[in-house]
Amino acid sequence: MSDPTQLTMTPPAVGTPFQKAGFRRRLLRRPTTLLALAFLALLFGLAVFAPLATGHDPLGGGDSALLEPLSPGHWLGTDDLGRDIWARVVYGSRISLTVGVLSALIAVVVGVVVGALAGYFGGWLDTLLMRIAEFFQTLPRFVVALIVIALFGTSVLKMIVVIAALSWPQLARVVRASVAALAQSQFVDAARVAGMGHGAIIVREILPNVAAPIIVLGSLDIAMAILIEASLSFFGLGDPNHVSWGAMLNDAQQYLRSAWWMSAFPGLAIALTVLSFNVFGDALNDALNPRGPK
Amino acid sequence: MSDSELLLDVRGLSVDIGQGAAALRVVNDLSVTVRRGEAVGLVGESGSGKSMTAFALMNLFPSPLARVAAGQVLLEGRDLARLPPAELRAVRGARVGMVFQDPTSYLDPLMPVGRQIAEPLRAHGRTDGLEARVLELLDMMELPHAARVARQYPHELSGGMRQRILIASALAMRPALLIADEPTTALDVTVQAEILKLLMRLRKELDLGILLITHDLAVVAETCQRVNVMYAGQVVEANEVGSLFAAPRHPYTQGLLASILSPQSRAHSLFSIPGSVPIAGHWPAGCRFHPRCPIALAGLCDSGMPTLRTRGAGADRCLRSDEALAADAWQRNEAAAS
Amino acid sequence: MNEATPVLLEARELSRLFPVRASGGLFRARQMQRAVDRVSLSIRAGEVLALVGESGSGKTTLGRMLLGLTAPSEGTILYKGMDVATRSGEAARSFRREVQVVFQDTGGSLNPRRTIGQSVALPLTWHRGLDARAAAVEVDALLEQVGLAAAHFRHRLPHELSGGQRQRVGIARALASNPALIVADEPVSALDVSVRAQILKLMFDLQRERQLAYLFITHDLGVVRAMADRVMVMHQGRVVESGDADAVLNAPRDPYTQRLLAATPVPDPSRQLAPQRT
Repeated sequence: MSDPTQLTMTPPAVGTPFQKAGFRRRLLRRPTTLLALAFLALLFGLAVFAPLATGHDPLGGGDSALLEPLSPGHWLGTDDLGRDIWARVVYGSRISLTVGVLSALIAVVVGVVVGALAGYFGGWLDTLLMRIAEFFQTLPRFVVALIVIALFGTSVLKMIVVIAALSWPQLARVVRASVAALAQSQFVDAARVAGMGHGAIIVREILPNVAAPIIVLGSLDIAMAILIEASLSFFGLGDPNHVSWGAMLNDAQQYLRSAWWMSAFPGLAIALTVLSFNVFGDALNDALNPRGPK
Repeated sequence: MSDSELLLDVRGLSVDIGQGAAALRVVNDLSVTVRRGEAVGLVGESGSGKSMTAFALMNLFPSPLARVAAGQVLLEGRDLARLPPAELRAVRGARVGMVFQDPTSYLDPLMPVGRQIAEPLRAHGRTDGLEARVLELLDMMELPHAARVARQYPHELSGGMRQRILIASALAMRPALLIADEPTTALDVTVQAEILKLLMRLRKELDLGILLITHDLAVVAETCQRVNVMYAGQVVEANEVGSLFAAPRHPYTQGLLASILSPQSRAHSLFSIPGSVPIAGHWPAGCRFHPRCPIALAGLCDSGMPTLRTRGAGADRCLRSDEALAADAWQRNEAAAS
Repeated sequence: MNEATPVLLEARELSRLFPVRASGGLFRARQMQRAVDRVSLSIRAGEVLALVGESGSGKTTLGRMLLGLTAPSEGTILYKGMDVATRSGEAARSFRREVQVVFQDTGGSLNPRRTIGQSVALPLTWHRGLDARAAAVEVDALLEQVGLAAAHFRHRLPHELSGGQRQRVGIARALASNPALIVADEPVSALDVSVRAQILKLMFDLQRERQLAYLFITHDLGVVRAMADRVMVMHQGRVVESGDADAVLNAPRDPYTQRLLAATPVPDPSRQLAPQRT
């Protein structure tokens, strides 16, 4: 048992944030976190089980009325081509979540690999990798995404790659700092003396202790990615074969006053999704780094 | 010695962590005195509560959960534990100075050390003669080229020099009492010797009272006139230094003295106290040392907390210290003789 | 211990250089400082050598070089006669296996996310190639050997243990690969006084049982007297004095060693410090 009389200012111990007492309690403490988690669960559910959530075809209008307001047949109304808004919001979630999660995932993988190598080995490798990362970091994310997509054509895959390419440097820097600090630890020395090779040490001894900030940044990256995807689609640079909330907003520009439901619901969807990921990321951060009694 | 000469008179100090039923009393009924010009040692290992005591004296707890639960901290007659914050601020630095363990973390890396020494002066309202006083203090600390040192930053100074800066800062307002919490633990042994000699010199020249808190009994032997030994939140023995080392009365003190590596120690005959310090809150019933004590008597030592009994110039908390076998509880003398 | 006992580890003219900060410009050569300056030493099987010095003496850097954790800038290290730098294959593995380390426990010598059992098992898995079950049996045996009840401790995390207990775990881990030499870097400095003797006694008993050689890196002359056969005193990267431990400490010849001895506090109130200006 740790000694509660040790109240001197020592830095918090590295590692085992998930095992520290009350992680789940701290995570779920605030009502806003619970709401965010509920919303995200709903969203994922809708994305996966989209056909079950709506019978309407998101891409085709059929013989539905154009610009029809909320009604029992069309929960959220229809757009200027007679397509059901609810169906389009539901199917649009697929794009947003796919782009968001995948690009964040790629960014995390690349960022962790680059950061770990730079932090552990230092020296010229560190300098080289960090200069590359800095280069990517100086590029304004949205503008570059805009240019790349505009030049090389639109597709979900390209969007994912571009967003990931612009997001990994920040992660790499954080990982590098943590890894560099941990690489000086005595338990890493002990592992080397015990016979572990560099790779094994990085993966098994160091990275588990870096998990916390990676997860937090990852979730915040998802939010950012979704926003970028929506913005790109708004400018018409999204994949035309898929429903996207941003594209829906683009379509709704002319009808802002006459058919408010065309813009309101996709807008709400974007806002709530980004907000939820941010809130969740924030809550994770607080839960993983307890600051003492409030 | 009359009470009017008492500089610091701590009576029955108790420190709690937490509130209500869950509160842990990490310092229990502690009484310590320091007179002008006297160096008193407060010795304890980890878990003894000595750091908590140091924090309690000036209400400088690092955590808001800790507080003085009972007792008095009388400094020149005034009870520090009951002073309102504004008055306590006026006391800190002016009447009492404090020096801590790691000089580096207590110095601002972005400020020249001369300015840092002057901080307590400014904080207490002095505006002129600062530079002269700083130079005077640096000279008192045996730092050559005082004017140059005053302009330097902490990272340009060695560990020993940084600690001298802290001592200078603590003494800037000419306090009567200096509390030193492990002042030399983080320093090399040669530097430690110099700092301790400096403190002793200051004690003589400034008639300074010093409360030296440490885990190192050897340091206490070299520097203090009286010593209090702490175990598990309580003082278990107090005495003049010579008497304590010559004839320790509490089995813990005896064990502690026997554990010190002396020039005669050899690996095959090293002595250590079996067991380990009880974790706060999980103290045994009765005497807190009895599970590890070689002369613990069932029925006596495990029921009822022993009180601190005075005998002559010393006091101890052992119920059996009057008995003959308590003088050599660990039977070291027989072992050495055989 | 005599001339016939084989030499385990030998260092010849070992140096470690590092560039002085802010030295040199674009074209000027950078100034180098010597953390360790041409040190030579040898340790025989079963011998206890103490390396004594204060901060900046280079003793820790020297220890790290001998463990293979830091590359020497100059000089050679020989283990059982073979050059460690050019080692490969089985020679390399046997060096790594037979030279182990016990660190000063400041909270960082055990991976905070690994249980005690996992930490001790590391060398068993990586050096001795034991599978999980065999390793578990061995881990329990090692924990018992260092005085820890295996059933109680193997699933604990480092922060649940006291300093003395963690140090015992460190020793168990060092023993796991059946080493011939253990480098102990300030093994008891961070521990309470009443616990130090326990750990030193343990190390002493283990040495007897297993014929271990120790390299004690410490600043504490008390530890040296208690444990060491020979001592080397280091100051600013150089060895200033070396020889039989008792001889050196009773009659030091080098002025730095004398200063070190004079400065070490002795628990004898009759020798109080004279409060004069130094």
